[in-house]
Parts: sequence; structure tokens; C-alpha cells
Amino acid sequence: MGVGSFFTSKLDEAIGWARKYSIFQYPFVTACCGMEYMATACSHYDVDRFGAGLPRFSPRQADVLFVVGTISHKMAPVLKRIYDQMTEPKWVVAFGVCTCTGGFYDNYATVQGIDTIIPVDVYIPGCPPRPESVLDGLMKLQDKIAAQVQRY
Amino acid sequence: MHGAAILDELRARFGGAVLETHDHRGDHTAVVDREAARDVLAFCRDSRTLAFEVLMDLTAVDYSKFPGREDGPRFEVVYHLYSIVHNHRLRVKVRLDEDHPVVATAVPLWLIANWFEREVWDMFGIRFDGHPDPRRLLMYEEFVGHPLRKDYPINRRQPLIGPAH
Repeated sequence: MGVGSFFTSKLDEAIGWARKYSIFQYPFVTACCGMEYMATACSHYDVDRFGAGLPRFSPRQADVLFVVGTISHKMAPVLKRIYDQMTEPKWVVAFGVCTCTGGFYDNYATVQGIDTIIPVDVYIPGCPPRPESVLDGLMKLQDKIAAQVQRY
Repeated sequence: MHGAAILDELRARFGGAVLETHDHRGDHTAVVDREAARDVLAFCRDSRTLAFEVLMDLTAVDYSKFPGREDGPRFEVVYHLYSIVHNHRLRVKVRLDEDHPVVATAVPLWLIANWFEREVWDMFGIRFDGHPDPRRLLMYEEFVGHPLRKDYPINRRQPLIGPAH
């Protein structure tokens, strides 16, 4: 074989590299943050650059759960169930302050942060977050995915 | 039919059961006695001259911290009625004490009252006597208390909800 026709890597890194550019997201959109999510997903900001351009509307086909918008206590069991239906490996992005902490909804109806229900990998604050923040969060998630060590 | 004439008709028919009437910029309101509420509402719907076919809204107000009304009856149930054929409106209020917050259901008159009354029960803890399905509407079954009452702490955590702050 000639020069440049092969390269060496670690298996973890190869898998991580492949995974971080094939993010199939499940958008769990409940509120106004959904508009900003749509703006990010459309061509102007173009999440397809990051390999995250194809939302799957079945949790069984998705690996990243985007929780976009306020989660009420009545919605909480639904969110938990969606999370449980996703297959491993899976990641969760909390999109906007309502999902991070409850935001300004400190009241009887709102879950005070989805991390009281499911584990969260990346928090994107903002009300709503600008697309740049979302892309920044997405790149942080990619770093996290790429750095993940596999258990064989 | 003009609003003042509607109030006159109610007063003529129910006399002392119409406790108070007023109008504010064309919105006419009748405050009626709890015992007579069901009959007044039925009359409003069935009378040819009133013909309120539509219950636009049914809600409640907690006056326990309202300036000047802290000592009066705590709750007020509010019915907004509308007549399509006559294009006129009426607001009916029923005052309820804190220790006995019960009023007759309006479901037999207007089916839409079913969910309205469930919401009022959920949020204010006002019971509707004879309601066919008296469950909470918005909150879940395990929820304790009625969150739109003025004495419900704004940031109280419920048992089902993760760690307290």
C-alpha cells in the first residue's frame, strides 16, 4: 500500500467520530422554544452541517432527545416514557431555561428542570436560546459523543 | 333586548333572589342567591325573550385577599351568557362562603358546563352539586389542594414532583 492509503485510529475514536456526525434527533417540542428550534433546523442555520439534519419522529429511531419548551407535571410522565423508549446510546439536550430549571414558571404547574425526571447531557439556556447558542450546544454535545468510551 | 330590560325581567320574576344588579359600560350583571341560581339560569336559557343558548364562560374568583372584600363571601362563580338569536349578553354571579363552597351544576342546561365546572373544581375547590363527572380537569389526580386559591403558596411543591427547592 502506498503513502496516504490508510490511517490508524483507536476504535473508540472511530465510533465516536461516526456517531457525532449522525445525530438523529427527536424534537420533543411543547412551547415557544419550538420556533427557535425550527429556525435552527432550517437552511439559514442548517444543522445538517453537523449531521443532525434528520429529525426522527419515533423515539425508537432517535439517539438525541431535544426537549424544547416548558414541561408541565402532567406532561412529565410522557417525557419519561419517550426517553425510556429510545434505544442506547442516547443523549438528552435541555433546550431553553424552562427545561433547564423551570425558568420563570416557579408555580404549581411546571417541572422545575427536566433533570428531576431524566438525565441531561447538554443544557442550552436562553428564553428562547438564539440559534447560535443552539449550535454551540450541539457542538458541545458532539464533543461529548466523540469522547465517549465504549464498553465492549 | 337591552341589558337593563333583562335585569328588570329577572328582578320581576325572582324578586329577592336577585341580590344585586349593576352595569358597567354596557356589561350587565346580576348577582343571584345560591339556592335560586339553578332556576335563574334555567329561566335565562328557556325564556323566549332572553333565550341565552350559549354559556360563553364559567369561572370563579377568590376574593379572600381583594381589598375591601376580605370579610365578605370568599368565592364568586361567574357565568357569562350569550344569546345568538337576540345578540345580547348577561353576566350572572353567585357568591359562596368559604365553609360551604357548593352550587348546583349547570350541566343539564349547557353541556359545555361539564369541563368548565371541572376546571373550577380543580383550581378553586368549588363543588358543583349534581355534576356527572366531578374529577379534576387540568391537574393530575394526586395533586393536593387547589392552586388558584389565594392562600395556595405560589411555589409549593407537590408530592409527585422531584426534589423540593
